[in-house]
Amino acid sequence: MKELSIISGKGGTGKTSLAGSFVSLAGNSVITDCDVDAANLSLILNPELKEEHDFIASREAFIHRDKCTECGLCRELCRFGAISEDFHVDPLECEGCGVCYHACPEEAISFDEVVSGQWFLSDTTYGPLVHARLGVAEENSGKLVTMLRQKAGELTQYPKDLVINDGPPGIGCPVIAALGGATAALIITEPTISGIHDLERIFSVCQHFKVHTMVCINRFDLDEENTEQIKDFCRQRSITLAGQIPFERSFTEAVVQGMPVIEYSNGAAARCITETWEQVLHFLD
Amino acid sequence: MIIALASGKGGTGKTTVAVNLALAAGENCKHDLQFIDSDVEEPNAHLFIKPELTSSETAGIPVPQIDQGKCNYCGKCARICVFNALAVTGDTVLTFLELCHGCGGCAYFCPEEAITEIFREIGVLEMGHSNKMSFAHGRLNPGEAMSPPLINAVKEKIDNSRHVIIDAPPGTSCPAVSSVRNCDYCLLVTEPTPFGLNDLDLAVEMLRKLDIPCGVVINRADLGDSGVEDYCRKEGIPVLMRFPWDRELARLYARGEPLVLHSQEWKNEFTRLWETLLLKAPSTS
Repeated sequence: MKELSIISGKGGTGKTSLAGSFVSLAGNSVITDCDVDAANLSLILNPELKEEHDFIASREAFIHRDKCTECGLCRELCRFGAISEDFHVDPLECEGCGVCYHACPEEAISFDEVVSGQWFLSDTTYGPLVHARLGVAEENSGKLVTMLRQKAGELTQYPKDLVINDGPPGIGCPVIAALGGATAALIITEPTISGIHDLERIFSVCQHFKVHTMVCINRFDLDEENTEQIKDFCRQRSITLAGQIPFERSFTEAVVQGMPVIEYSNGAAARCITETWEQVLHFLD
Repeated sequence: MIIALASGKGGTGKTTVAVNLALAAGENCKHDLQFIDSDVEEPNAHLFIKPELTSSETAGIPVPQIDQGKCNYCGKCARICVFNALAVTGDTVLTFLELCHGCGGCAYFCPEEAITEIFREIGVLEMGHSNKMSFAHGRLNPGEAMSPPLINAVKEKIDNSRHVIIDAPPGTSCPAVSSVRNCDYCLLVTEPTPFGLNDLDLAVEMLRKLDIPCGVVINRADLGDSGVEDYCRKEGIPVLMRFPWDRELARLYARGEPLVLHSQEWKNEFTRLWETLLLKAPSTS
């Protein structure tokens, strides 16, 4: 099985637009949307929902007031400030550690599993899509991503055993979960000082987890000087530059039409995406 | 008054709006302004504000250290820990400190008092100023999964006697929630595409759960469709500013040049936005 994770550090560099196009070019792969906070890939792949499941990965404390003697031990021990003056647990603050539940001398606290979101299995013309919706203000994004990748792995069939992961922005928990153990990572960056700053940080995360890394520069023509700086960065660190894609309004127009750029347009950007994909495939081999 | 800039989707222009708003407001503010960049995974605001950083602190969480002399391998710590940060096999205790959330349960419940807690760094806080504006941000160490403890540490730097602008991370899970919690008002920056709309809806849901009022800024307002405007009308959410797509604006951003320093027209726009926010959010100073 080969697994490609598309990440960026900085948000909004075009991960999902490119992931959608790569999926279309790949023709037959297993697709996961690992941006469980703001899952958008399904909006351009026209999926047909097959399965919906609750995602349960944690527990939450609840104080039963009829048994509570207000001794205050739970509030004293809670490191997350989740227990109010009048002994109610704020579910948004509760970390689900269970310290209060184990410590309560009156056994007045229950600690039950909670549903943190839903995950879905859908069919698309490009292969199965595993995606999810993490509940708003929920934790466990990393666990959910890990579970999605595991499901995706189970759906692969030799010899067509490619998994394409559309990753989340940032460098934290869900990114690490989307990255660890992947065959390769493709960092989508842009020639802005924020893009360059964030590229350096996400690249050090890739190095930390020893994932082979490529870079793709989106909207490279917006600032040629910054683009050169990114290329220098890649050269200095022997990172494969998989491609560069010009700014085009077709990116936005394709999203509005709900389809991958590559299918919406046959302009310069679409050609560059195709060339980038060929480089990525070459790298994965 | 504490105002947060947030968005479900990444790369919509949070930092652009936060920085320009801060610079425009700084001139008109009776009190000196404070700028907090709570996107600790990918902090970018300093690239535009260019503050002089004058101090730094490490931030971290307490993690267990086992006294092998006292431990009798009863396994209670591993049973208590819901984060799988401890495992006891035979006569060995293994700790996986990167999984530890710092709840303190293992140390509290260890019957042999064989566990003490030590500080583990997850990132750094940096503080400084730019003219009269004070500045603080956090930098999560690459490879670290958990940003909320660092975000909370950055937010502890909030000076309630000042007006505060917080540049929050994207998404709607714990990092975004930790960032916007206890704000007086939240500006959601979005783009008028199905991606922008999907993620705006999630961000609005998050703010309603937290009981924080919000308004919307539409970036690249002329690229896309009317979905976001229709949504805001239907939900009764005010659209407080619209940015057009403009190659010159994109170039300034690419180079880290704040708009308001280059255009009197944009400076007036951001001053107006600040005045609107002062009316919308109850002043706490």
